[in-house]
Amino acid sequence: MTRPILDVHELRKHYPVTEGVLRKEVGRVRAVDGVSFTVDRGETVGLVGESGCGKSTAATSLLRLEKPTGGRVVFDGEDVTGYDDRELKRFRRRAQMIFQDPTSSFDPRMSVGEAVAEPLRVHGMRDRNRRRAIVGDLLDRVGLDAADFDRYPHEFSGGQKQRIALARALVINPDLVVADEPVSALDVSVQADILRLIERVQSEFGLALLVISHDMGVVREICDRVAVMYLGEIVETGPTEEIFEDPRHPYTEALLGSTPIADPRRRGQGTVLTGDVPSPSDPPPGCRFHTRCPAVIPPDDYDVSSATWRAVLDLRLRVETEGIDLEAVEEYVTERGEAGPDAVTEAIREEFDVPPELPDATAERALSSALDAVVAGDREAAVERLAAAFPTVCRQRRPGFRLQGRDLDADQWTAIRSLRTWLAAQCNDDPQSVAALLAERESAGRRSADRSSDRRRQEDAGTPAERRRRVREAFGVPDRLPDGDAERAVASALDSLLSEDYEAAAATLYDAFDPLRAAACHLEADAPRDAPGDD
Amino acid sequence: MADEPLLSVRNLETKFHTDEGVVRAVDGVSFDVRRGETVCLVGESGSGKTVTGESLTRLVRSPPGEVAGGEIYFDGRDVLDMSDAELRDLRGGRVGHIFQNPQGALNPVYPVGWQIVEAIRLHEEVPKAEARARAVDLLNRVGIPEATRRFDDYPHEFSGGMKQRVAIAMALATNPALLVADEPTTALDVTIQNQILRLLEELQEEFDMSVLLITHDLGVVAEVADRVVVVYAGKVMERGDVFDVFENPSHPYTRALLRCLPGRGGRLDGIDGRLPSATDPPPGCRFHPRCDHAVDACRTGGQPPLYALSDDHDVSCVHYGPDGDPEVVRGDESAGSAVGPGDGGHVGDDAHVGDGGHDPDGESGDGGNEP
Repeated sequence: MTRPILDVHELRKHYPVTEGVLRKEVGRVRAVDGVSFTVDRGETVGLVGESGCGKSTAATSLLRLEKPTGGRVVFDGEDVTGYDDRELKRFRRRAQMIFQDPTSSFDPRMSVGEAVAEPLRVHGMRDRNRRRAIVGDLLDRVGLDAADFDRYPHEFSGGQKQRIALARALVINPDLVVADEPVSALDVSVQADILRLIERVQSEFGLALLVISHDMGVVREICDRVAVMYLGEIVETGPTEEIFEDPRHPYTEALLGSTPIADPRRRGQGTVLTGDVPSPSDPPPGCRFHTRCPAVIPPDDYDVSSATWRAVLDLRLRVETEGIDLEAVEEYVTERGEAGPDAVTEAIREEFDVPPELPDATAERALSSALDAVVAGDREAAVERLAAAFPTVCRQRRPGFRLQGRDLDADQWTAIRSLRTWLAAQCNDDPQSVAALLAERESAGRRSADRSSDRRRQEDAGTPAERRRRVREAFGVPDRLPDGDAERAVASALDSLLSEDYEAAAATLYDAFDPLRAAACHLEADAPRDAPGDD
Repeated sequence: MADEPLLSVRNLETKFHTDEGVVRAVDGVSFDVRRGETVCLVGESGSGKTVTGESLTRLVRSPPGEVAGGEIYFDGRDVLDMSDAELRDLRGGRVGHIFQNPQGALNPVYPVGWQIVEAIRLHEEVPKAEARARAVDLLNRVGIPEATRRFDDYPHEFSGGMKQRVAIAMALATNPALLVADEPTTALDVTIQNQILRLLEELQEEFDMSVLLITHDLGVVAEVADRVVVVYAGKVMERGDVFDVFENPSHPYTRALLRCLPGRGGRLDGIDGRLPSATDPPPGCRFHPRCDHAVDACRTGGQPPLYALSDDHDVSCVHYGPDGDPEVVRGDESAGSAVGPGDGGHVGDDAHVGDGGHDPDGESGDGGNEP
């Protein structure tokens, strides 16, 4: 492996929610909120998740079809996020997209040949005969006929139209193709053919392919690596087979468990997730999945089953967010011919599947006192008591990404990644010198640092040891990483950097970390982390 | 009486009269649904599965549609013989329907609870208060949290999964004996789909209903069906117990369909060709133009009869008939067992396109395309 063709680092796309004539921003929908992944040449990476998780927005933002709110997208040595219109046009020759609905992606009045040839025309090929020859050849290669050039989209079936869409994406010989749900609109018997075609042209053309899909079967079929998204964030990445065989994040596990398998002997084995996906305009704090997670972490000292803990937490979260509609509960109780505060608390427990009495005495005392507060109409006290008695780390802290098999904490890993992305962005014809880069980076870090000292630093970048230290400092990479393998990779990358070999420096860091799995879950963090590193 | 199936469909034919000719959407479909069981009608688009479901209570709009032939016996009574009043009573009464898009089943300008009350009172004379209590109870049972409070909410205030729950509550309002669910989870995310399928299972037990589930998704079928009916181009290709059909798929179409499933392991194969014309279907077996095992006998006459393979497994294919040899179909190496390997149906390493499958050389084989 070498430096990937695409490195997406902490990509964010927020949509403002505005109000009034002045369009004052009153909130924002965090459709994509800090997403990082890479795609190699010749590799297929899947971005998978449920509707509304932000996977399509991630795709359109990284292609600059929409302007990202933040983050970097490094495509073959250049940062795409800073491109002007001219550079964007050049970029689009190399990065193409295909969409889910093959019907609406064609102009019904344009012959398919013209449609496929259009990108060639847009990018300046004037020779009509040459265009025709290229398109004919390509139609042939996606399983149609060169003679189909003059036919119109309505004459083709959905599967054939998707083949044409693929031909159109390939016609200008791109390096990267982003396919957004390429087979979701097709019947299964047609899906299989298109998937095989995608695989074939991908290896034939040496394409980097990013497949956006909600279908775990499709992803497993064609992807080399997968990134699983939930509510604007990636929760887990890794090689496809490893993720399918041994999912580490509870959401990945639930997603796999929810996917029906065509084998009646294995029915009813998956996890059933409770609840709906929360709104990305007001994502839950901490781990975004904690409101539905079956493995949400209980406080150490409580002895309750995971189902009961989930139920108690659901109750707590409801009291905190929407509150409990006492009137409705009372009405329900009266309808059953009962009355009194005890009947009400009982009904509330029933609604949330909380047992009438928790097995753990301390927990039970806390819960019943909180429920008493609910019944007394004192929501504040109830919220307070529940929060104090039933805390979870999953709500308190956002879990960082942790690499499996490396003793790095989430900050260290983020630091290494940002160094890596920065290196990748220098791998073009016109890199800056190390000193200039450092100065820029450091002044950006300090915002309004005095420029004269910057200049001095730029001219005098110091001894090699000093420079290494400054690079680490600029990116927040500790002087000596606790993990031996990681430290060796970073040290070797810095050596390459100082000899101004950005290519080698970047490649070292990608090679060292990209094949590893990573997951953002507090359960992961607890497992290998406790051994203190040598410092 | 108890042995008699709840629903018995015989040689059902539903046609649509269009400018292009008569579309034979359902062309001689037969199957039974027994009491308390779940039957899945599975097929691709254009197979006639939805029209079959709509024909059961004659929901097919006429004109242009017409239930032109066959018999539909529901609980011992001939549906095709019923008066309009009897049909109205049947629909949303003893037979409930839910559809792919719950939005369509719900009126956007009325609170959901009210719509359930109306569904109840349309079929039964009960006081409003009692109907309301029953509606709340139903919302509770389909898993709407805080049903009493949500009773007065409007459809747009519910998520897709919750809307489908409301639609189910509405279909259950009259205690139907049969629930016809047409792609009830296709528009939903998998985690929500799973919730809804489990819910249907629970409710089926609780209400002692039969369910006819119409779907294109073999995964869903494997998850919930007791019996399966595989339809293609308006004809039944194979039907039987779910275990028989998945473990011993017999019709070449069923076998091909199972091979199409991605991520299952083994070779991924599409089905070449296209669905035959619905106005002018080919003679013989409807699937023969796309079938790898078609012989002369497949190309003439009508659709082969459903040959019995066992008590509860029939297949409409000449290779299983008196002059046929099932090994022609079953011996096909590429098919293998349609279900994944015994260790859990995962993708075998050899089957997956790994790193070795790609040529990192970006310039290979595309010289002609460089503008």
